[in-house]
Amino acid sequence: MIRVVLPAHLRTLASVAGEVELEVEGRATQRSVLDALELRYPMLRGTLRDHVTQQRRPFVRFFACEEDLSHESPDTPLPPEVVSGAEPFLIVGAIAGG
Amino acid sequence: MAEMSKVRVLVGTRKGAFILSSDGKREKWDISGPHFGGWEMYHLKASPVDPNRVYASQSTSWHGQMIQRSNDGGATWEAAGNQFTYDGVPGTHQWYDGTPHPWEFKRVWHLEPSLTDPDTVYAGVEDAALFRSTDGAKTWQELSGLRGHGSGPRWQPGAGGMCLHTILLDPSDPGRIYIAISAAGAFRTDDGGQTWRPINRGLKSQYIPDPDAEVGHCVHRIAMHPSRPNVLFMQKHWDVMRSDDAGDSWHEVSGNLPTDFGFPIDVHAHEPDTIYVVPITSDSLHYPPDGKLRVYRSRTGGNEWEPLTKGLPQSNCFVNVLRDAMAVDSLDSCGVYFGTSGGQVYASADAGDTWAPIVQNLPAVLSVEVQTLP
Repeated sequence: MIRVVLPAHLRTLASVAGEVELEVEGRATQRSVLDALELRYPMLRGTLRDHVTQQRRPFVRFFACEEDLSHESPDTPLPPEVVSGAEPFLIVGAIAGG
Repeated sequence: MAEMSKVRVLVGTRKGAFILSSDGKREKWDISGPHFGGWEMYHLKASPVDPNRVYASQSTSWHGQMIQRSNDGGATWEAAGNQFTYDGVPGTHQWYDGTPHPWEFKRVWHLEPSLTDPDTVYAGVEDAALFRSTDGAKTWQELSGLRGHGSGPRWQPGAGGMCLHTILLDPSDPGRIYIAISAAGAFRTDDGGQTWRPINRGLKSQYIPDPDAEVGHCVHRIAMHPSRPNVLFMQKHWDVMRSDDAGDSWHEVSGNLPTDFGFPIDVHAHEPDTIYVVPITSDSLHYPPDGKLRVYRSRTGGNEWEPLTKGLPQSNCFVNVLRDAMAVDSLDSCGVYFGTSGGQVYASADAGDTWAPIVQNLPAVLSVEVQTLP
């Protein structure tokens, strides 16, 4: 079980109150977590990464375990604490975006 | 009967959308919102054939573009398609410094629902292109003949970005569409969007090397009266212009305006020669002259203008009125509405003779549209 924390605007858009809990098939990576997230909440497509290139939007950051994972490869395995559900995968709007 | 009718004003702001409703007297207003609080709402517009179908453009720099759709007049909304992919290899336009710059989608400035089909809607976007959906905004296809017609590499952004902000559908000819781009100019198709040509003859712009070039003009807004779609009125960066031949040629009708810089222009619902502008001091001073917020009305299709001031602030007013932030209802007498960068929405129920604010402290207003409901 992967715990995902969405930024405020996307919680509103997806009509979710708190954390999102996702079952991810296979290896948990940024890509597989975002794929699972978009599958459950199709309205989030295009809001985190480009529809076509799948590149992270510039004002979106990914944090976990007090580390900035934004510049990791989308196929890098996520930290074991995220995979176990001990720590959440944080999707954050960059401070410059507001 | 005006008393039996209702009006619904759709207001897009920097931090959400608001819906203002009144009966035909237009004296007491119900304010609903913010819808999509915190998001930039560039434009909301309803289908003329299904007034409860409303389309809205929603965006933030964090998460990009969303399109929202309502089937109940804005009471509830559902997310629609937000994938705007340019057709083919997008190519380049001129960047601010004059160098080539690739086309990049940024946002939807304007949504124009079809005059006949509630599921068909056009989107004017930045970087400038025209998209169309025929499935109620689920999927979008670019009408790429506009961007690809030849002059695209010479287009350049205005201060607000290189945006396609105006879409006028000709009610008498389903193949004819007018669009305008800052700062490329006005364009027309006569075949439903397949092929396009610039319609900028007669425009003169001192900020480009060749003042009467085919493209490069910063057109701010074009308006038409549906009963006379060959007559177009234009607020350019500077100059108020008129065309009597569907844009083939333009002549200046700024006349006695205190300044001919401005953004919006609109036409009275029942008098095709009565037009409205909001003069702004200059390109470098985006506020009204002398701190007086004045709408100017011409009853002669231009050249002769009168200031409309009753109910508008006549001292220390330094707000702007953006290009999509003026609209008219179709009641008798015609209501005129505009929103300001200071968050006021003003309404006149008597064609501009007197004004009153509907609401005074919204976020900066980006767009105003009005629906007249039975």
